[in-house]
Amino acid sequence: MESLIQNILNALQWGSFYSLIALGYCLVYGVLSLINFAHGDIFMAGAYFAFFGATFLLGKTGVIPPGMPGWAVLALTIPISMILTSALGVTLERVAYRPLRRKGAHKLYVVITALMCGLVLENGNLALFGASRKNFPTLVPQIVYSLGGVSVTNLKVAVILVAVLSFLFLHYVVGKTKIGMAMQAISYDRFAVPLMGIPTDTVIVFTFVLGSSFAALAGVLFAMSYPVLDPFMGALIGWKAFIAAVVGGIGSIRGAFAGGFLLGFVEIMVVAFFPSTFRDLIAFSILLLILSLKPTGLFGVARRTKI
Amino acid sequence: MRRCIVPLVTVSLLGLILAASVTDAINFYWQSVLMFMGINIILSTSLNLVNGNMGEFSCGHAGFMAVGAYVSSVLAVALFAPGGFLGGPYLPGYLTVFAFPLLLLAGGLAAAVTGLLVALPSFKTRGDYLAIITIAASYIIKSTIENVGAVGGARGFMGMAKITSAMTEVWNIPWMMLWVFAAVVFTLVVIRRYVSSTFGKGVDAVRQDEIAAEIMSVDTDRVKLVTFMLSSGLAGIAGGLFAFVLGYINPGSFTIIKSTEAMVMVYLGGMGSISGAALSAVAFTLLMEVLRPMQVGKWVIIPMMLILLMQFRPEGFFGHRELTDIFPGLRRLLGREESGK
Amino acid sequence: MALLDVVNLTRDFGGLRAVCEFETRFEGRELLGLIGPNGAGKTTVFNVVSGFYAPSAGEILFQGKSTAGLKPHKVTALGIARTFQNIRLWFDLSVLDNIRVSQYYHLEYGLWDCFLRTERYKRREAAIAANAHEILEALNLAEYAGELPKNLPYGLQRRVEIARALSVKPKLLMLDEPAAGLSSADVDDLIKLIGWIHKEFDLAIWMIEHQMDVVMKLCTRIQVIDFGQTIADGTPLEIQANPDVIKAYLGDDAI
Repeated sequence: MESLIQNILNALQWGSFYSLIALGYCLVYGVLSLINFAHGDIFMAGAYFAFFGATFLLGKTGVIPPGMPGWAVLALTIPISMILTSALGVTLERVAYRPLRRKGAHKLYVVITALMCGLVLENGNLALFGASRKNFPTLVPQIVYSLGGVSVTNLKVAVILVAVLSFLFLHYVVGKTKIGMAMQAISYDRFAVPLMGIPTDTVIVFTFVLGSSFAALAGVLFAMSYPVLDPFMGALIGWKAFIAAVVGGIGSIRGAFAGGFLLGFVEIMVVAFFPSTFRDLIAFSILLLILSLKPTGLFGVARRTKI
Repeated sequence: MRRCIVPLVTVSLLGLILAASVTDAINFYWQSVLMFMGINIILSTSLNLVNGNMGEFSCGHAGFMAVGAYVSSVLAVALFAPGGFLGGPYLPGYLTVFAFPLLLLAGGLAAAVTGLLVALPSFKTRGDYLAIITIAASYIIKSTIENVGAVGGARGFMGMAKITSAMTEVWNIPWMMLWVFAAVVFTLVVIRRYVSSTFGKGVDAVRQDEIAAEIMSVDTDRVKLVTFMLSSGLAGIAGGLFAFVLGYINPGSFTIIKSTEAMVMVYLGGMGSISGAALSAVAFTLLMEVLRPMQVGKWVIIPMMLILLMQFRPEGFFGHRELTDIFPGLRRLLGREESGK
Repeated sequence: MALLDVVNLTRDFGGLRAVCEFETRFEGRELLGLIGPNGAGKTTVFNVVSGFYAPSAGEILFQGKSTAGLKPHKVTALGIARTFQNIRLWFDLSVLDNIRVSQYYHLEYGLWDCFLRTERYKRREAAIAANAHEILEALNLAEYAGELPKNLPYGLQRRVEIARALSVKPKLLMLDEPAAGLSSADVDDLIKLIGWIHKEFDLAIWMIEHQMDVVMKLCTRIQVIDFGQTIADGTPLEIQANPDVIKAYLGDDAI
């Protein structure tokens, strides 16, 4: 019983990362119908930006004197990482995706470009900073609460809370605000929207800012939970989060959130009952099964083709 | 007379390569580059069927390659290798010379059946979903192999060298070079015949307007299924060759990176063009060798090239055109009829 | 036995009843028209008959046999071909290949014939190509056989689409707004062409059209639908005089 609750807690934490990344996939897909394959690597970049930010602020680079308290470093690291990562995401959109969109290129070309941008980020990182793994510094001491055999850390609670709050925030932004409405409108008909006086490019940039900053948030939290960084950390988790988003019903915020947690649960539960090498095998098989039973995903809506 | 040009050129090319290998006119390094070039041609032209002609986005070509590689090498080692695995050998070593193509085909068949299993659920879903399903499938395949201890699990599988040496005992020629060459010719002939038939033109129709294709009597499900199986089956053959050329395989050889390589080749050459896909496989193999000193840097440069290509010539260097469309003289030389294109 | 018998056909989209209890009947080789204001449900009728949508209720009998549960390509193979409101050619396949692919229903060779280039394959491909050339010849399209449809003017694209539908050797040809977007000179040609096809190919034609000229000149009987309901059915003259039709097109005040 206790181990079950423990596993559920772990699954919630693990699923939170997937959810945060899946939300980014979902936002971009929802607005542009573009699978932004570079998103996993944007998450990786977020973790690295956080690493460089934190080591800088801790005074390890020697530019500023050491001695800043850990919580202050964290409080500064998060926005730094979010801003830099957003800048990266927007750069990709400006440099790689937008020119293609302007030319009216086929969607496939944009998807390939996204995939290649991801490779450039991964290998560029590897070439620049080398293969040695980076250890993320401890910023806030871990506190372990024990509740009747179940142990909870402050970090775990924070991760889950952040994921839930991010979801609520995005749900509000997309559903209730003016810019969110504009995002929905673009996804519905990208050609009619500019005629209504909505600045399409601004809305798309905003979408990338949102998606990237939540990936950065996931990156910071991931780096704090599993403090070893390597350039390919984003690739696998990114692919998986993408699949989670699809299983949830890509394009739906609720779907991405639920899909992320579903994948987290499946993975943790598989590891709890089977050898850990079976994790990918069983998790992906279950996801494929769900997709073949419900092709549009859990919350997705089928779009009808008109003839 | 003109009908003979292609076979003649092919046979003399093979003779030249074999002679050069036997006499050490090309050293071992260049021999292996040539063999990988051949394997890449098969990977690229077969993926081109799905990603180019059919216009889908399959990201899991390496998975099918893995199936072919494991099936053909495990079969070969079980049947012919002396000692160890499954208590063999069951068949004398000299038979390998004849059995090898069958082993490759068995690998290809297994990969095609896997392709069938992957393609079936994807028909219910819409376009982008094939990308996810193939990614997931390639993870499932890799993970399955890792969990089967009998074929070495994550440590990998070896013993293929015994088979190749059994062949050289019969007759000392560079056998693998011969097989790779034969498989490349086989692949190109099969694909060319497929896409030039009315049956295969159905694939282009599906890409351009699936609804119109279905309503104009094309059995779209069958077309998609056959094309996907053909593509994955050929990838399986490439996998089998890969295993025997290398002599050692492990699940780590068949990751997303391998699939990405195949995609890069397709998109460099131009979607839907056989000659484009084949030539870009040649160029890609050479490029990888030239950039080898850069180590990881090459995986920055190659994606950058593709990004630039997408910006300025997104249809690839050939873009749905064949070599014969670009050089009409070549078509006349080969005596091919106007395909109406 | 009737060629086509549509009985009680109803099609819903969610809560919307796009077509309600639609009925029609082709005895032999008539030329019927289906008209109605925009959004009346005409194309939906075509989509259901061609098998693209399943009917919510009712039945479609083609030559006495129900087409229920058949995929569109099977329905087409029975002898029902159609064109589309917005041209849906395969724009990057040559005109000739467009006509070849649409004969997919009677390839009559398998994958192995294709790989091995057997006698059967050669015979069938030759027959398919010959048939395609014949149709292109008949519709004065022979000189465009090697062109890509995307490079042809709109009027010719329409004509190629009709040629493609004819290559199925249909017994019933459904034309969805064949005159849409054509210049008036082209429309005159089209009227002649459809009349000629009707005689020459010995088939029934069912036509959705907004241009009254076309419908009135060609059709022997016209059905009018509005909001999914059939509001009139009769000869061109009867339809022109029908007050319900006038109301549907011009509104209540017109009378």
